[in-house]
Parts: sequence; C-alpha cells; structure tokens
Amino acid sequence: MLNTKDIMQTIEMIDQQHLDIRTITMGVSLLSCCDPDPKRACQKIYDKITRKAEHLVSTGEAIEGEYGIPIVNKRISVTPMALVAGASETDDYVPFAQALDRAAKTCGVDFIGGFSALVQKGMTEADRNLILSIPDALASTGIVCSSVNVGSTKAGINMDAVRLMGETIKSTAMRTAAQDGFGCAKLVVFCNAVEDNPFMAGAFHGVGEAECVINVGVSGPGVVCHALQSVKGQPFDVVAETIKKTAFRITRMGQLVAQEASRRLNVPFGIVDLSLAPTPAIGDSVARILEEMGLEACGTHGTTAALALLNDAVKKGGVMASSSVGGLSGAFIPVSEDEGMIAAASSGHLTLDKLEAMTCVCSVGLDMIAVPGGTSAETIAAIIADEAAVGMVNSKTTAVRIIPAPGKTVGDTIEMGGLLGSAPVMPVHQPSSEAFIRRGGRIPAPMHSLKN
Amino acid sequence: MRAIVTVIGKDRVGIIAAVCTCLSQHNVNVLDISQTILETNFVMNMLADTASCTVTFAELTGLLDQVGKDLGMSIRIQREDIFDAMHRI
Repeated sequence: MLNTKDIMQTIEMIDQQHLDIRTITMGVSLLSCCDPDPKRACQKIYDKITRKAEHLVSTGEAIEGEYGIPIVNKRISVTPMALVAGASETDDYVPFAQALDRAAKTCGVDFIGGFSALVQKGMTEADRNLILSIPDALASTGIVCSSVNVGSTKAGINMDAVRLMGETIKSTAMRTAAQDGFGCAKLVVFCNAVEDNPFMAGAFHGVGEAECVINVGVSGPGVVCHALQSVKGQPFDVVAETIKKTAFRITRMGQLVAQEASRRLNVPFGIVDLSLAPTPAIGDSVARILEEMGLEACGTHGTTAALALLNDAVKKGGVMASSSVGGLSGAFIPVSEDEGMIAAASSGHLTLDKLEAMTCVCSVGLDMIAVPGGTSAETIAAIIADEAAVGMVNSKTTAVRIIPAPGKTVGDTIEMGGLLGSAPVMPVHQPSSEAFIRRGGRIPAPMHSLKN
Repeated sequence: MRAIVTVIGKDRVGIIAAVCTCLSQHNVNVLDISQTILETNFVMNMLADTASCTVTFAELTGLLDQVGKDLGMSIRIQREDIFDAMHRI
C-alpha cells in the first residue's frame, strides 16, 4: 500500500496548496455547421455543441468526486467562428456568438471560446465582419470568449489588424462600461496562437484538430511555492530540480484526469497543457513563487530571470509526465488573476514595461491588465504590436488581454470577480504612437522564419 | 476499483469501528489499514475495494462524510489511481 507520507502530501496539496485541474476543455469542430442561411447555421451550431458536450459537466463532476481533486472549470472551444460564419449570407456575426452562448449555458460549462479570427497575413471579408462584431458580441453574451491572431513568426504582423484590434478593444470596453469594461477580459489578441489551448479567453479549436477532443489544463502555483519553501537559500540548480519534480507530479495528475475524461466521454484525448495558472486566492500565486526565489517584490530586478527558470523547469518536469503536451504550457502572469501580481502592481513595483520583458520568457503575454479609460486606440494597438513583435521574433505565443477601464485612471482598481479577480489601473506612456499605427500594412516575418 | 479512505482528526475511541461499520454495511472490503499520529493529529489510511459496493461512489463519499461529521473528524475517499499517478512511476 502507498505510504502515509505520500497520501498526506497529495491531500495537503489539494487542501492547503490549491492544487487543482484548472480546466477540462472539449474542443468541437464546427466546420460541418456552415450554411448559407445564418439562422440555420446558428441552429446547427447550437445542436452540435449541445450534442457533443451534453455530458461534459456531469463527467467532470464525477471525476472530481471520485479522485477528490477539484476541476475548477469545464469549457468548450470551437472552430474559429469566422471560418464557419463566413459561409453565411450576412455580415452581422453577433447571432453566432449568441448561439455559442446559448449552447454553452445549456451544457452548463463556465466558458466557451472560439469567436475568433486568424488574420496574421491578411483579412478575409468574414474575418473583418467577425472583428467588427466583437464589441456587440461580447456585450450581448455572458460566457463567450473571443480571440484574434494578428501575427506569427511565419507570416509577420498584420498591422492593419493590429490597428483594428486597438479600436475593437476600446469599443468593447465602452459597450461594457457599466462593468468596468469587463468585455475586454473575454478578448485576447494573439501572435502565434496555438490551436489546442484549453485556457480562456484564448481557446479555440484549430482547423488541424480532430472532430472533437479533450484537452486538460493543470495548475498549481501554490504547490510549487510550497516546495520552494523547503529549499530556501540553496543554489538555482536545486530550485530548478525542485520545480521539475513538483511539475512532474502535478502533470501526472492532469494526465490521469485527461485520460479518464477522454475514456468516459468517448472522445479522443488531445493534450495536457503544463501551465501554472494562478488565481486571486492567497497561496495560489505565480508572483509569490518568484518572490520565494529571493525577490523582495515581483517586478524588481531579477524577476525576468526568475520567471525564465520557473517557466523552463515547469516544462521540463511536466513533459515526461504526459503522453502529449500542448497548449500554452508554461507560467501565466495575468495581473488581475494573481494575488501577488495585484500587490506588486498596486505598490508600483510591477510596471507594464517589466511585464513586457517578462513575456519574453514565459508562456503568455500582457494578460488581464487594466489601463486608464482615456488610453487611445492607437496606444493600445502599439502595445499589441510590441507584444506581437516579442512573439514573432522569439517564435513563441504572446498575447494581449488589456482593459481600458472606462472612467478609471491610475490609482483606481477594477473588480471583475471570481477567477478574473481585480486589477489596479496601470499607467501607460503618454507620447503618441498614432503615426506609427496609422501606417498599416504588414511587418515582415523575421529572417529565421525561412526554415525550409 | 480500489480506493483510499483517509481519516484525519483528534484521536478518540471507536474511529476504526465506525468507519469499518459504514464500509461493511455497503459491502466494501478493507484490504489494508495503516494509522499513525502526525504532530497531534490521528491519521488513518485504509485501502478498500469498492468493486462490489452496493451504493454509488458519490453516495459512499456522502455516507463517510457523515460518519466523519459524527466523529468530529475529516473522512474522505478517493480512487487509488490519483496517488499512484503522483507518487509512482
């Protein structure tokens, strides 16, 4: 029989260190739902999602009960909607978002992602229609998430799309002004988006994916932080080894849950996303891991190096524990969703510029950041362009999820509740980027994109 | 299916009797028991076979939870696989 120490260690991880499965995400292809009649297309979308994901929530809950491990979210990701809605004779794509919302609510999931367009090289009519529909779509739905991929290492950065996304984020914030621009928390702008990401708001089911798959995202910053408390003052080799061992354990659990969910739902297992996803709860913070390595506050000098080590060790530990690793896989640094990041940003130690540097070495980008409501669309577009450049040149995924909170200014805080947390409004640089953004066109792909 | 029952709390008379009574009433076979005192807590782990259990796993979880409440202890039951996954290669 297993020894008491091992059993108690697992139970402590779950009870006191917030170990959980962050999400079981079912990816569903909607390519079969294309129809010239938009009403019929929406009906097909609703029918297919509710049929495929009918048992997703109940299966997740059953696994949760039997293994005693919380599964915080059950989610659905679908084919980028621009590809499906493009077949319909309409330029208003809001009803498609509403169909997703209805289907997701019928299934009882927490979020549905895939109101998306992939425009890294150019925009089709459908892509443009979708992007123009985003503000209304996010204002008129509850749990639909939207993402737009504006760049890639292979194609460069579509600066027309970047400019349009700056404007879209501003309009989305205005359309949801009563909730501090909450709509923007459901909207991500990517460079090098991945097609099997189980995490929101950026999940969509890529066209290279199967009809239906199960992807699982693990979490556990609290467990890593706790493990590091036992190696205080020791060299970084020891720190890296400790993180790797912890990540291995966390991922083995994720793999077990993924396989079990896949078996019970009779849907192929896709990937495990090896991520450290924080929550606003005390003891579930990525920032506190960095501080545990010896930094007085997250955001001070040394933070980028600490994050680089953490991100790498999580992957190295996790990759051996899963038969198929994918998604974003790495440490997340969303400001509003991480208690330590909120504290560091509120005290001024963590700035937008430092966060940008940190995104060079971790799995995502500028995530869940509130900026003053008066920030111009061009400044937001320029922030997106900077972040996309980091992703493009480093052949990694980067993203921007930024909230220009209407009527708020530096010093204010916006509350989004639940896992989305609260965000202090952070200052942006004042000099204008307008002439830069107005150029449009495409920033060419870097030299190292020519690999063939 | 094999499961681990974990009982944690302040030591008192009748813990094993109460847990085993609940398990036997629902035809769950106890394969192994270990108990220890960790710091000031009584900790008991039982390996149980639930293959012939007369109630669902969720119902058994609820029944054990109630036994725990009556004893003033925390009792949980989890499938063995999760511990194997995390601690065995």
